[in-house]
Amino acid sequence: MDSKDYKNVWVFIETAHGEVRNVGLELLNQGRVLADANYEKLIAIVIGKQLDAAAKTVTAYGADEVIVVEGEEYTDYNTDGYTNVMVRLVEKYKPSVILIGATNNGRDLGPRVSCRLATGLTADCTGLEINEETGDVAWTRPAFGGNLMATILCSASRPQIGTVRTGVFKKTQPDFSRTAAIIREEIRTPSEEIRTKIIGFIKAAGETAVNLEEAEIIVSGGRGLGKPENFACIKELAEVLEATVGASRAAVDAGWISPLHQVGQTGKTVGPKIYIACGISGAIQHLAGMSSSDIIVAINKDSDAPIFGVADYGIVGDLFEVVPVLIEEIRKIKAN
Amino acid sequence: MDILVCVKQVPDTAEIKIDPVTNTLIRAGVPSIVNPFDKNALEAAVQLKEAHGGSVTVISMGPDQAKAALKECLSVGADKAVLISDRLFGGSDTLATSYILATAIKKLGKFDLVLCGKQAIDGDTGQVGPEIAEHLGIAQLTFIAKIEVSGEKITVQREHDEGYEVIEAKLPVVCTVIKSINEPRYANIKSKMAANKAVIEVITAADLPEIDLTKIGLKGSPTKVKKTFTPPRKESGIRIQEGTGRESALKFIEKLVVAKLLNRGC
Repeated sequence: MDSKDYKNVWVFIETAHGEVRNVGLELLNQGRVLADANYEKLIAIVIGKQLDAAAKTVTAYGADEVIVVEGEEYTDYNTDGYTNVMVRLVEKYKPSVILIGATNNGRDLGPRVSCRLATGLTADCTGLEINEETGDVAWTRPAFGGNLMATILCSASRPQIGTVRTGVFKKTQPDFSRTAAIIREEIRTPSEEIRTKIIGFIKAAGETAVNLEEAEIIVSGGRGLGKPENFACIKELAEVLEATVGASRAAVDAGWISPLHQVGQTGKTVGPKIYIACGISGAIQHLAGMSSSDIIVAINKDSDAPIFGVADYGIVGDLFEVVPVLIEEIRKIKAN
Repeated sequence: MDILVCVKQVPDTAEIKIDPVTNTLIRAGVPSIVNPFDKNALEAAVQLKEAHGGSVTVISMGPDQAKAALKECLSVGADKAVLISDRLFGGSDTLATSYILATAIKKLGKFDLVLCGKQAIDGDTGQVGPEIAEHLGIAQLTFIAKIEVSGEKITVQREHDEGYEVIEAKLPVVCTVIKSINEPRYANIKSKMAANKAVIEVITAADLPEIDLTKIGLKGSPTKVKKTFTPPRKESGIRIQEGTGRESALKFIEKLVVAKLLNRGC
């Protein structure tokens, strides 16, 4: 393998019901930095069904080219179909770098593709740079529950692949007057080669979408809530802020709220603009999942709670006194 | 059904502290534990065995001390434990590790199901499970919250933003599980004593004659760690502690408005 044969930065665009998920747009912005550093093109890879709108979106968010692969078998994400497409595309076009959002689907696809291509994959990155001497990507990621950062290189094999944490990079302002070459590739995967079949979907009881990975504001509750009914005040604060409800492991383990809400190593890794932790002490596993949030607000009675170590605003006080006042005041401000 | 579970011995990351002077990890005295998500995988395997019969084999790659982790697995329901250990395996990244594990699994026999935790709490990559599936040439099901098996068919619930996808596949498959799948059981004194006496089989590189030595260890690993560092410590934020909760809340709101974080439409 000669690294020189491999060029351009690809971003795998994850879609849900035909809509582009945020993380792909975030990665287009950072992918642009990597592509420019090596004088290469930024190319969006979109797989699914009926992708015209998705192709327009990724063009507006900065892709130089869009490779589109459509097929009935790609309507929903599935490991075998999507891996087949990605591997066939890589073999044909030889990209140097592939960025994939570190969602559940991205973390399912990344290892399967990199293993089939016998190349390196760096998981859940929070930093991406180009090493000036070699032109390789320097992938930086947290390990040991966020206690240690590691910078990883994949110098001798191509493509260099990484999954990248959601919310770490910001998407750019879209420009819908931009144009990009749309390349349609006909790659089909026979149904017998797709070995997993989605046969149903169970909506969590009483839940609306818990899209923590894409949330701009998250209000999370922890052990300090004391009992399940008290989640009502967290939900109310989330409602006035148009935020998503999160939870610590303690609250989930106690059965107060569904595991789909869990933030941290056991649950989801999040990077919202504002993260409000109510009654959460801040165990390292929780911090590992939310410390890349832009602004962290902590409300806790215990002034020594570790959560205050990462908080931009630390309110030492009883959440049952503080949160209702926040709800009332924010309502007033919003009503104005 | 015959089930194989992959486990990793990891440092208890909750016990890791940073030396405030040198700003490096203090590893001394940090206990080694079985990766928590792997315990969920083992519990899922033992429950399936209890329902359908068969066997549960546990494997781990690591140094000799990883036998302690394997003995713990024997004490909570595994029938057999095998350590995959050789100096030649040291320094392997996830691709090389999964290749070694898959080669060892093929040597150990045919399994209907391979179970792993969704990720290990030290590396947090979540890559080895899917990569084992690829090396074995079988399907993968990741982030699984429920498993049911009926004959050759496996039906799972896979974690999703809005709930759970229900997915069906034909065995054999590799499944990686999340914590909410079950509550792992505890060992009792009798099972602990029996596990302590158990002899753990060890597979070395020499026991895997078909293994390609260029694909293992540091040299066989496409990714290399260039440097590690402790994350820069965040500057301490603004503390708000007024006489009452109400006063604190009002003060916080005032600060948000000043910082232009809160205005109409937020």
